[in-house]
Amino acid sequence: MEEASDQQAHVHPPPEGFLRKYVFSLDHKVIGKQYYALGLLAVCIGMALSWLMRFHLVWPTTRIPGLELLSKAGAPGGIITPEYYLSLLTMHGTLMVFFVLTNAPFAAFGNYFLPIQIGAEDMAFPRFNMMSFWTTLVAFLVLILAFIIPDGPPISGWTSYAPLSAVGKDAGPGMGWGMNLWAISIAIFCIGSLLGALNFIATTLDLRAKGMTLMRMPICTWAWFITSCIALLAFAVLLPACILLLLDRAAGTSFFIPSGLVVSDRLQAHSGGSPLLWQHLFWFFGHPEVYIAILPSMGIVSHILINSMRKPLLSARVIIYSMMSIGFLSWMVWGHHMFVSGMNPFSSLLFSFPTLTITIPATIMTLIWLGSLYGANIRINAASLFALGFISMFVSGGVSGFFLAQPSIDIVLHATYFVVGHFHMVMGVASLFGVFAGTYFWFSKMTGRMMNQTLGQLHFWLTFIGTYCIFMPFHYLGLVGNVRRYSSFVDDFMGPLMPLHKFITIAALGTGAAQLIFIFNLIYSRYKGVPAPENPWNGTTLEWSIPSPPPWNNFGGKHPIIYHDPYQYDVKGLKGDYIMQDSPEPSAG
Amino acid sequence: MSSTSYESVRKPPPALGVSKASSARVAKVLYGAGEASRSGIWVGIFAITMSFAAFTSALFVRQGSSADWAHIALPAILYGNTLALLLSSATLQRARRAILAVAATESHAVRQGLGWLMATLALGFVFIGGQYQAWRQLAAQGLYLATNPNSSFYYVLTAMHGLHVLAGIAALVFVMSRFASRHAALRRSTFEATATYWHFMGVLWLYVLLVLRTKL
Amino acid sequence: MGKLFAIVLVIIALASAYPIVTHMYVMPEDVSTHGHQIDEQLSDTMAEAGISFLLAQFVLAIFVWKFAERKDGGKLKNFPGGAKIMVAGAFILVGTEILALGVFGQRAWANVYFTPPRPDALQIQAQAGQFAFYFRYPGADGKFGAIYPDKIDEGNQNYFGLDPANDIESRDDIVSAELVIPVNREIHLLMHAKDVGHSFYVRELRIQQDFVPGLDLSVHFTATKIGRYEIVCTQLCGLGHYNMKAYLNVMAQDDFEKWVKQKASEL
Ligand code: HEA
Ligand code: HEA
Ligand code: CUA
Ligand SMILES: [Cu+2]
Repeated sequence: MEEASDQQAHVHPPPEGFLRKYVFSLDHKVIGKQYYALGLLAVCIGMALSWLMRFHLVWPTTRIPGLELLSKAGAPGGIITPEYYLSLLTMHGTLMVFFVLTNAPFAAFGNYFLPIQIGAEDMAFPRFNMMSFWTTLVAFLVLILAFIIPDGPPISGWTSYAPLSAVGKDAGPGMGWGMNLWAISIAIFCIGSLLGALNFIATTLDLRAKGMTLMRMPICTWAWFITSCIALLAFAVLLPACILLLLDRAAGTSFFIPSGLVVSDRLQAHSGGSPLLWQHLFWFFGHPEVYIAILPSMGIVSHILINSMRKPLLSARVIIYSMMSIGFLSWMVWGHHMFVSGMNPFSSLLFSFPTLTITIPATIMTLIWLGSLYGANIRINAASLFALGFISMFVSGGVSGFFLAQPSIDIVLHATYFVVGHFHMVMGVASLFGVFAGTYFWFSKMTGRMMNQTLGQLHFWLTFIGTYCIFMPFHYLGLVGNVRRYSSFVDDFMGPLMPLHKFITIAALGTGAAQLIFIFNLIYSRYKGVPAPENPWNGTTLEWSIPSPPPWNNFGGKHPIIYHDPYQYDVKGLKGDYIMQDSPEPSAG
Repeated sequence: MSSTSYESVRKPPPALGVSKASSARVAKVLYGAGEASRSGIWVGIFAITMSFAAFTSALFVRQGSSADWAHIALPAILYGNTLALLLSSATLQRARRAILAVAATESHAVRQGLGWLMATLALGFVFIGGQYQAWRQLAAQGLYLATNPNSSFYYVLTAMHGLHVLAGIAALVFVMSRFASRHAALRRSTFEATATYWHFMGVLWLYVLLVLRTKL
Repeated sequence: MGKLFAIVLVIIALASAYPIVTHMYVMPEDVSTHGHQIDEQLSDTMAEAGISFLLAQFVLAIFVWKFAERKDGGKLKNFPGGAKIMVAGAFILVGTEILALGVFGQRAWANVYFTPPRPDALQIQAQAGQFAFYFRYPGADGKFGAIYPDKIDEGNQNYFGLDPANDIESRDDIVSAELVIPVNREIHLLMHAKDVGHSFYVRELRIQQDFVPGLDLSVHFTATKIGRYEIVCTQLCGLGHYNMKAYLNVMAQDDFEKWVKQKASEL
């Protein structure tokens, strides 16, 4: 032990100077916070875009003062044009999926807490870690640049289906440089995520402290680990897809563009490509991506629930195995996005079956969470409220997946607001609830100050009710056949639905306003919050064994030795009803 | 990842800096460093494999999507390039032996190690130059990136592989500079990871060549 | 607070179910021969998923109500049966649903996609382009003329790129912006995309199928009710996507014949 710590001291010296400490930092904790800040910035932009979209849907001719500054062509006189709606939609979806849901629950919290939870001083490759953040930031800036160029952002949705996305300027405004920027941004994003995933995997495999066997890792560490394995494969496929797309656009190749297309009255020079190839490559990434978005939140929520219930889950092992099987199955289901795409109808059945099967591990997890609540003593605070809210949201969104997974039903529900309702419920709300829960839970560790509980709980109630009001009605619209990605609808169809759309818009604006409470709380508590003790929630895992905020090398040069599995609650310990993972006292039973 | 050996309890991360060893030469190659680099490099190889699998499946789909698949004759120089790349793996193995000897016996094998590394690097450049030459030959036949799907895939696959080889060359240069320097130490794990990567480039090239030969 | 959570959750769950139970929002009436199977499938799923949804939310509410911030200081306990019963329950509950709906329910899909169109089905070609649909009837010779993409000329109303000067088969082809079909007769719709991906969606027909450039796809259906229905494009196809629609006009057989005659005389 003595010898080891002697060597350890050389890992890397504490950084000096502002730049090294906070900007080009190699410290996983700083990088985690940078990711968090990037996610927060992206979610704010994405949310603002969603307000504009909602506003345009119900008040298409009302002026929004000042909006012409954003885009002269897209919002002349402050009135959003139907074309610009598609730009907003594309940027909203892209920002949310890539820059919010891949960054916040996975890269941000994962970076901050994964090394600490396994007792490591840092990630395995700190330099790669810094590079992956900066690569991601560049990707973000490239994407945002699309707002500024005269061309404007692309209009092909976050899925960027070829050949619309591949034929270039002829396809409409924003499909010139705007689309190029999109593809470049996503390609860069892939590289950053691959580096990050590689780092997570190597760290988890090799830097675990003494006694930290795989099964002693906290559930959220497991979730980040499984997520990195998925991310490694998913982004390794999206990157080639983006490269081929860029070649089609810039070099005149024909990977995705078939012969004889006449776009904007111009016969395209390409020939022989396959539009479905893009869809296959995209969804081969896209479906695992949605589990990249939800698994970390599942992990975080499990971690927080256990702490709040003061007893372990019925079985942590089953949760971990379920997450693994979700990760595994996620590779075989991508075709469920393509039931009516012209793919062979037999394949639809083949894809439907594993999609339905994936609901089994999801149900197991849900039942374990619910069953574990039985007989607990649940502490209510902002973190645990969001964790409980997560369960409710995940059920609501997951159940609608069960409809879509059946090809025959998907014939009528595909491309309607039912799908939009489904994915906002699971992704836009459930996953983000995981982020919120994590924020309220770990803020004290990350900043050394407690977050304001009153504001936190107020934020929960408004968001919980608000998001149900926004996203539940989407399903009803979808059942009627209201199609998505439409900036306006014919009157006779739309008339009866207009009140519902108005209701959604008002709920969206209100819920959005409620997020200001959260952001205020973040900033306020960061500077004025009550100083946080080491272990405010009486947690058992390693992050609670070190000061808040942790010193630069996490354990102050010491090396934790792990004696217990991560959740020794409901026992008689020296400090109360729990035993820390690194405490040598014997575990009960 | 299924390897059960990871189940066992690991020692804390091993030393990274200059050891207390007396001879500067010996310090060049440290023992026991970084399991993490090893799993890191294998994870990376896994991701690269996945990318090339994606390119390959794109190739299959594209071939089936339309009747414009046109055979192209591979430039003969590719086989020379293949030879160069395979040889470079052999020289790298020689370098490896020499370098391990440096650490073990404090002998003067440094020169030898550097020599073999130099040879590896040179062969790497021969390969890249040869690949470039092959492109020129194809272009001279009027086969450009966008001429037909076969040429598209030819350029894309060779370019992607070439980029990865360039990354390997950068790693080799880094290893050599570390190894030659009196001040900085070369971690054994860094060297081993680079070597693994370089061998993988050879294997990957054989795979790409197979695809090019049988499909284009 | 726990009690409040439970109450709010129950209200939300009930309010969410209310519009469904009272059929406040339902699909427009089905006018196809195959649609009832899809509708049944949908309502079966709605029943089973709805029950799962309500049960899960209620159980969550009850447990939070009972077990949040307990004052009794009673001992913590575990759900009888533990994790095993959960795993078994999930397999049984969801397994039967998957079998009942997912496996046997594929009949509806098979009915749409695995039964070939009848030989006497009326063939119509649909072309989707930014941002309009055009429909082409083979005319008296029963054959479609060939398409030459370079001849497409919206100004001259040559939407399909036909070449009547040289191609005899195309001379009697009828082109229409509205899909006019006879009632109770099977239609075999051949789908052709001019530029990018589009989709053919008629809510009342329970048909949705993408147009994929470069692929020859088709759907077949029989409309059972005279009327005019909206055809919408559901695949994002560019700036005018939201505006891309056409109408399906289902007519009595003799009205349809009259329409064809009249169209033919305009050629
Ligand atoms: C976090 C993200 C996330 C998650 C977790 C999921 C989870 C699931 N998704 Fe979803 N999905 C998306 C994000 C996500 N999805 C997105 C973004 C899109 C659209 C992309 C686009 O087109 O833009 C999409 C689209 C989408 C489609 C394509 C629809 C279409 O375009 O026509 C389908 C079809 O099968 C589908 C299915 C499922 C299923 C079966 C699950 C399952 O994993 C859900 C499992 C969970 C449960 C079932 C709930 C808990 C269980 C119970 C309470 C027990 C009992 C319940 C039953 C047995 C019903 N999803
Ligand atoms: C994470 C994913 C996410 C999130 C959060 C949201 C949030 C919202 N979305 Fe979005 N949406 C998508 C992902 C998301 N969306 C995607 C992928 C599409 C498809 C795009 C396409 O078709 O190509 C889409 C499309 C889409 C449409 C469909 C348009 C159409 O098809 O015509 C609409 C319409 O109303 C909409 C509305 C909204 C609203 C009102 C909100 C919100 O305003 C709701 C209120 C906000 C919150 C509940 C949370 C805010 C969180 C924070 C403030 C802090 C979080 C902290 C950190 C991240 C650190 N969205
Ligand atoms: Cu055509 Cu949308
Ligand atoms: Cu999916």
